[in-house]
Amino acid sequence: MQSQEESGSVTAVASPSAEALDAKNKRRMQRKAEKAAQQVESNKKHGFKLWLLVVPFLILSVLFSYFPLFGWVYAFFDYQPPIPLSESEFVGLQWFKMLVQNPAQLKTIGQVLINTFAMSGLNILTSFFPLVFAIALNEIRSKWFKNLIQTLTTLPNFISWVLVYAVAFAMFSSTGMINSLLENMHLISEPIKFLDSDSHTWLKMLLWGIWKGLGWGSIMYLAGIAGIDPELYEAAQVDGANRLQQIWNVTIPQLLPTYFVLLMLSISNFLNNGMDQYYVFQNAFNMQHIQVLDLYVYNIGMGNSSLSLATAISMLKSLVSVGLLILVNWLSKRTRGVSIV
Amino acid sequence: MAKKIKQGVAPAMRRTRGEEAYNVFNICFFVIFAFICVYPFYYLIINSISDNSMSSAGDINWLPRGIHWENYKAVFGLEGLSTAAFISVARTVIGTVLTVGASAFLGFMFTQEKMWGRKFWYRFIVITMYFNAGLIPMFITMKNLHLTNNFWVYVLPAIVQPFNIILVKTFVESIPKSLQEAAEMDGAGTLTVFWKIVLPMMSPILATVGIFSAVGQWNSFQDTLIYMTDSKLYSLQYLLYTYINQASSLASAVKASAGTGLNVAALATAQTPTSIRMTVSVIVVLPIMFVYPFFQRFFVKGMMLGAVKG
Repeated sequence: MQSQEESGSVTAVASPSAEALDAKNKRRMQRKAEKAAQQVESNKKHGFKLWLLVVPFLILSVLFSYFPLFGWVYAFFDYQPPIPLSESEFVGLQWFKMLVQNPAQLKTIGQVLINTFAMSGLNILTSFFPLVFAIALNEIRSKWFKNLIQTLTTLPNFISWVLVYAVAFAMFSSTGMINSLLENMHLISEPIKFLDSDSHTWLKMLLWGIWKGLGWGSIMYLAGIAGIDPELYEAAQVDGANRLQQIWNVTIPQLLPTYFVLLMLSISNFLNNGMDQYYVFQNAFNMQHIQVLDLYVYNIGMGNSSLSLATAISMLKSLVSVGLLILVNWLSKRTRGVSIV
Repeated sequence: MAKKIKQGVAPAMRRTRGEEAYNVFNICFFVIFAFICVYPFYYLIINSISDNSMSSAGDINWLPRGIHWENYKAVFGLEGLSTAAFISVARTVIGTVLTVGASAFLGFMFTQEKMWGRKFWYRFIVITMYFNAGLIPMFITMKNLHLTNNFWVYVLPAIVQPFNIILVKTFVESIPKSLQEAAEMDGAGTLTVFWKIVLPMMSPILATVGIFSAVGQWNSFQDTLIYMTDSKLYSLQYLLYTYINQASSLASAVKASAGTGLNVAALATAQTPTSIRMTVSVIVVLPIMFVYPFFQRFFVKGMMLGAVKG
């Protein structure tokens, strides 16, 4: 019945009985409309029923996104896990004061902030790498080569940081591939400590991030390049622009809006480095320079069970992040007239 | 399209020597970078199937030698690995199915203008993308909900994903409204419309959502770390992490499995912590390596859709 009706309306123009069908449809619609007008009440009920279907999911959203926000009250108590919150001592802003007044604490959190700023800063400074990567890859003529490179270089993006660490271990540990190779070539007598040392920790983390993310990051720009109006290049060629000039005057200006949006987003995520990467790479040697905020919150919260202090820090972090997002959005609206969220 | 035009015009333009040199440099760079991206995986694979004594001496760099499968047999004999593999597969399958289902349903429902308070509830869900309570409040919540040391903590929080819902909703909005209206005229209810008409049309976007969610579930590591202390619920990723970091316990696990007579093979195939580590790594990475090339276009599409939405 349903399919008949559908095909009827689709082929209406060609079929001889089209007008009859059309009229029938119209009449039916009219009747429907009248009915609907009479039954606004039942419509409301219908709308409510539709809402009821969504409720289970709203509950999930409340449970896992809104409800945890109440956990912020732990930041104002001295919460020691086995003792329930109701019996814990209310300490007001003690944890927040401790962050800025206790010298030892201040020193630790200072170092953590420096690490966070350094890693995020390095990421932002290198955020144009994918853009360059995409432009350079686009200069290659052979299509299969481009596709192959794209597939191979995006692969690391889809493995977990644990696996990246497994790779790092296989390659760079004291018995790893690089050290064995160098030893077999008699270039070194002692294995080089790539992983368990604190030299250039920030740089190493940056390089792992680039290894994992560069290929994937360039895909957005490659798609952007494919979408550039070819007439722009033709016009540039008519004006006698060589390849470099075409890149400089056509490709880059066309890609800048995308770059700008991504840059703004990474600024709003300045404090959110995530902890997976730093957690898997951390060890007793590089602890001082690898602890970013997310990792520090984990380490003191789950490791030292200072749950309240950890909550206080992550609360501040969340608030600053939301603030940054709003600021960046405002900046984007101001400068480009487009909001990014 | 841009490329086509450029190729058409190119022969007319003379390539200068500088451009030629630049081309060569370019190709070299990409070959080297692609090599760096892929070689480590190749290295893991050839070492996991090679003679273990050569492998631990660092002799296996280019081609596998003394190929054998004892490592894989031994690894699946290790206590915990098959359980972890089962958990990882289960969370990937169940989690993906539920996320895809929920995203499809919610994405569709939020296009139904009749729904009570539609705009409000849509925003209610979408806004959760922009804040998060933080690790400790999350942990305490899960504890209060009795979800720590519970398999469902892998799945339940991942079901409602605002980002996926936005993607699906945008997609549904691009389907002509007349289709739904026609079906409703024939007396189909909203759910029938969803099930019979909209859902079958959604498959491209659902494939994208599904593939991202599956990779996310398979790769997820943090939730095991935070919520699980029961080793029966460890995921493969977490098990791999413990294997890498606890060489001594791994060695004893290897010994234990050897002691039970699981492998009385020659020295060449006796497992070392290194060989076990590499073998487990390969087991963890293989699904991704198999899936990725075939689904690459979905990944790319997902990213582009995300970009549109900002």
